[in-house]
Parts: sequence; structure tokens; C-alpha cells
Amino acid sequence: MTTTAIDAGSRANHDDAGEQQFNELIAQDSRIEPRDWMPADYRKSLTRQISQHAHSEIIGMQPEANWITRAPSLKRKAVLMAKVQDEAGHGLYLYSAAETLGTPRDKMTEDLIAGKARYSSIFNYPVLTWADIGAIGWLVDGAAICNQVPLCRASYGPYGRAMVRICKEESFHQRQGFEILLELANGTPEQRAMAQDAVNRWYAPSLMMFGPPDEDSPNSQQSMLWNIKRFSNDELRSRFVGMMVEQVRALGLELPNKEVRFNEETGRWEHGPLDWNEFKEVLAGRGPCNAQRMERRREAHEEGAWVREAAAAYAEKQALKHAQAA
Amino acid sequence: MSEANASATRITPGNALRPEDIALLDTKPSDAVAQYALWLGDDALILAQRLGWWISRAPELEEDVALANIALDQIGHARSFLTYAGRAWDKTEDDLAYFRREPEFRSVHLVEQPNGDFARTIARQFVVALYQWELYSRLVGSSDPTLAAIAAKAVKEVDYHRDHSIQWILRLAQGTDESRRRMIAGLKLTWPYVEELFTDYPLVDELGDAGVRPSTLREPFDAAVRAILVEAELEPPEVPGSVGGGRLGRHSEHLGYIIAELQVLAREYPGASW
Amino acid sequence: MTGGSTTGDDGAKAPSSGPQEPRAAWPLWEVFVRSSRGLSHVHAGSLHAPDAQMALRNARDLYTRRNEGVSLWVVPATSIITSDPDAKDQFFESPQGKDYRHATYYTKSEGVKHL
Repeated sequence: MTTTAIDAGSRANHDDAGEQQFNELIAQDSRIEPRDWMPADYRKSLTRQISQHAHSEIIGMQPEANWITRAPSLKRKAVLMAKVQDEAGHGLYLYSAAETLGTPRDKMTEDLIAGKARYSSIFNYPVLTWADIGAIGWLVDGAAICNQVPLCRASYGPYGRAMVRICKEESFHQRQGFEILLELANGTPEQRAMAQDAVNRWYAPSLMMFGPPDEDSPNSQQSMLWNIKRFSNDELRSRFVGMMVEQVRALGLELPNKEVRFNEETGRWEHGPLDWNEFKEVLAGRGPCNAQRMERRREAHEEGAWVREAAAAYAEKQALKHAQAA
Repeated sequence: MSEANASATRITPGNALRPEDIALLDTKPSDAVAQYALWLGDDALILAQRLGWWISRAPELEEDVALANIALDQIGHARSFLTYAGRAWDKTEDDLAYFRREPEFRSVHLVEQPNGDFARTIARQFVVALYQWELYSRLVGSSDPTLAAIAAKAVKEVDYHRDHSIQWILRLAQGTDESRRRMIAGLKLTWPYVEELFTDYPLVDELGDAGVRPSTLREPFDAAVRAILVEAELEPPEVPGSVGGGRLGRHSEHLGYIIAELQVLAREYPGASW
Repeated sequence: MTGGSTTGDDGAKAPSSGPQEPRAAWPLWEVFVRSSRGLSHVHAGSLHAPDAQMALRNARDLYTRRNEGVSLWVVPATSIITSDPDAKDQFFESPQGKDYRHATYYTKSEGVKHL
């Protein structure tokens, strides 16, 4: 079961036996591994999804990292550092999974920096107050977990395994966010107002993290047939809203949307209208922070180039030295 | 088991000591020991504050993770030392970190220095880590059991920081022409602040066997530095030492900005709990 | 500089190397973690590093942040030799049908203790 990026991607040619086996494995709800034959579209679609997911983790570090130096207590500072560090780790797990499909990490990074790849829209909203750090943990990570738990069973082995590790680690992220909000909600009136304001601003964007409504989500159908996606966008969104309704009570805060209710007939939670135009605008790069996030990513990558080159040059020299000594 | 015994168990060296455990101690450090704990705690705090900036900006993602680990270790040490110091004056770690003014901080100028490029950060890390390793290796034998216990955990972590910086010194010094040029420049910018680390301020005389006399660390530090620089084919920079004065509350111009950012939120909401 | 951090990078900045310069992509390594003494090293994932020493350190930072390990292996991804997926039917056919290699094949001893 060796899965290296090096040898992946070499078996893209059409292959009847391979296709039959692929279809059987999917029908049995088994897993596809890197060296198995897979349809070109499956490979392409997965590469897109996993790399977008990885980019989201990496870009998602920025809005929170901005608060590391200002965290209001040393304990919170340590927790926040550990959380942002986890996100780097999660990005790494995901890039590794995507690499097994044949695209090197460098290429994915280049695509991100060139603006050719997407990442989750949510990270293009500004993190304005400390309470936003709480709301991101509670709502944004909460929505992410809702999305990610079913992905642990994704048909592509390396993706599923990366998600298992990520979900295990991520459970602390949502709890620390909830705790930040709880502390604020029980704090001074200003702190309480800060918490409610953050929930008001992050609520709708976090619901939109599940993607467009089912009738408007062209890629979902195929993704579900391939056992990559297990539940539709609306199903997951409804599940998430139900959980938030419960949890917001424990916080003593309110969801900004008064139309949230459980529909007995459909068995789903309903929420008020979401501004999908805004979603599309932000996705298209016209969100409040798109340019800023991209600039910082580009800067870190380009300013790091000399360091990466130095380490590679050193490794080469050392290898040469050892070869000569032998 | 009595409370006192429970506390004693908590600070047995070798157990991973947490600031929460120190807060529960029923022993109070003397004023001198508390002042000394501020020295070490402030160094770690300001360094962590500096390193925290790198998270999301490192040259490669693996390095984001590595620098974050080091920053997390340092913030851990800072919390332990400040919590212990605070026991002397009925203050918490956060009272000390967030509500002291600039002249009340006791950090050395070295940790206040800007991150600069990666080479400059590595040069600073190199000096700090080698110094802290020598210091904590000795502080493990402190007559103050809490300082000894904090040092016992810290020395293992700092050993890794030392290794991390050495690996990078070697790679940057012997990688490309550009990396070598930057490494040399980084060391040169860092070196003026080495001397302050080994200055014996009067407080040291009050510590007895509880603390470590800084001047006695100079020789092993120099030997360790020399060995690495030789391996990296670098010369120790020849630059005049800076006067320093951080232990007396006389800081570099950088510290004001650092603590402004560190404290802004806590000070906007005095008395609030987070 | 973005983000408005006052503790940020105010040091020397040389002109950044643009994308036209040669990229030095670090090779891929596979990481194996022994979670406690007495257990095997198990594949945990992969990472990039310029050389073996840095690969070990990166693996320590990435895969043992939560006390997951007491020992690590790193292996260059290119050094792993894998069985041919096209030939897996032939390769793994032989043991099929040889149930007698498993204890469950021997049912007559059921109920006899310590067997």
C-alpha cells in the first residue's frame, strides 16, 4: 500500500479492466488508492477539491494569526498559536493527499498565488474584534467540522485518512471558540455586545460555507455518485443550523436570523434567506480581504524562496560530499 | 496528603510543569527570586511575541509549524516564570504581562530585536537558544525548587530550539551565496546584544544559590558558539557590544511597540476576564 | 507588509526572487511514527524537507505535536518500492483458498480449553 506522489498520475490512460474495478470499488463503498486506475475526471475533481481545501487551511491561518500578538491573556495567546499552527499542519496533510494524485505542492502553491485556485470564501471576511476569534472557532470551525466528518469516509483513501486526522485535531478548535464567546457573553456589557456582534457578522457567511443551495450546485451530483461527498449542501447546512440553535442558548446569545425553525414535514432546519449574490462576489475575488490575503501569501512564498533554495543547495552539496568520501 | 505535599508533588522536576500548577503553590518566592523570575519570564514572553509574527509567514509551511512550536514553548516558559513571580506580589501572569509599563519589564534587548528576514530571526534564535540552554542546564540545580522545576522542563525544550537554529545556521551559511550573505548580515545585526546576557546586575548577589550568575555562562556559551561557527565556516562578527540595561528597565526602542500591541486589548477593557 | 503588525518585519529586505528564478522544490518524505514502545512504526503521512535531518525534525514538529510518538522514521518517497497494481490479481492470488493457514479452519477442537 505504498502511496507516493512520484508514481501517481502515471495510470491515467483508459483501461477497461481498471474502469470496471473502479466502478466495482465505488459500488462496494470501498476505497480508491493512489495507484489504482481512476477516471480522469475523478482525479481532476478530487485534486481541485483537496487543493482548495488545503489552500483554505493555509489562507485561513492569516485572519487568526493577526490576533496572536494581541490575544488578551497569555493562555488565550498559547491556545490561538496552537490552533493556527494546527491549520498549517492540516494544510500540509491535505497537500500531501492531493500530491498522491500527481500534482506537486509547488504547482498548487503557484496556482494559488497566481489566482488560479480557490479557497474558502469565509477567509475573505475581516476579523475585527477578539470576539471574532471566538465566532470563527464556534461557527466557522463548527461548519467545517460538519462538512468534514462525512469526508472521513470519502472514497479516495488518502483524502479520507487526512480528514480523520484533521477531524480528531479540530475538535479542540470549536470548543476553544465556544469558550471564548461564553467568557465574553458572561463578561462586561461591552464584552457581551462584542460577542453578539461577532455572531451577527459570522452567522450568514458560515452557513454559506456549505456551498450554494442543492438546485444550484452543479458539481455535487457527480461528487455524490463517486462517494466523495456523502450529504448534499442543504442537508449539511440544516444539520448545522440545528446544532447552532441549541448551542447559542448555552451561550446566552442570539442567532441574528429570527426565521430559523424546524420544518416537521421536511425534517430539516430552515433559516432565513442568505445573500448568495454576496457569496458569488466574494468568491469572484471582490470580498473585503481577498487582495490582502493573496498578497500576504505571495509575499511569504516569494520571500521564502531564497531560504528554500539555500536548504536545497546545502542538501545537494552534502550529498556530493558524502558521495566523494565514500 | 496535605495541600503542601500536593504542591511539592506538583513541582517534581520531570513532570511536565504547567503554570496552572504553579499558581496553586503555597510557597511564595522572595522578592529577589520573583524579580529574577521576571528576567527569565520577560525574555521568553517578548521572544514568543516576536516569533508569533512568523506563523503564516514562514519560508515553507513546515517551518511555520516549527517556529510555532518554539513560540509555544517560550510562551509556556513565560507563563510559568511570571506566574511564579506573581506569587510574591499577589499578581497573576496576566497582571504582569498586560498591566506593567515598559520600564517595569526586565527583558534583554536581544529578544526585543526585530525579526528582520529569516536569517536574522535564526541568528537571534541561535544566540537565545544557546544562552537559555546553558542557563536552564544550571538552573535545574537551583536551591529554589520551583525555579528548578521550571528549568527542568524548559531545558529539554530549549535543547530542541538550539538544534533547530544550528541546522538553519549551517544551511544558510553554506547554502547559496545569497543565503550566506544574509546569514552573515543577520549575525552582525544580532551580535551587539550578546554581551548584555552575561552582565551581573546587583540582583544576582541577592539570589544566592537560587539563581545562576550570568557571567559564569559566558565561557560555555562562547565555546558552543565557536564550535558551530567553525562548522558553518563563519567568523564571529566583530562589532562593539551594546550597553543594554533591560534588566534595569532601560529597553531598546522596539519594546514600546511590542508591548503596545501585546497589551492593547487587555488595557482597553481593564478588569475584564477573557 | 500586511496586517498592520508593529512587531513585524522591519528588518532588511533584499529584492525578492521572482518566479522566473529556478525553484528549489524540496523532495517528499514518508513519515512513520512509533506511538509507544513495543509497537511498530506506522505510516502517518508525508511532508517536504530539503534533506533527511530536516525531514526528521519536520516530522517531529508536524506528526508528534500531541504526544503521538516516541520514535520516527522518515523515508524518501522515491525509495519506496511498491507492488504492481496491474498485477495484483496474480500477485495476491496464491493465498486465496488456503483456509487451512487460519486457526478458524479447525473446528473440531471447539470447546477444548487452551487450544
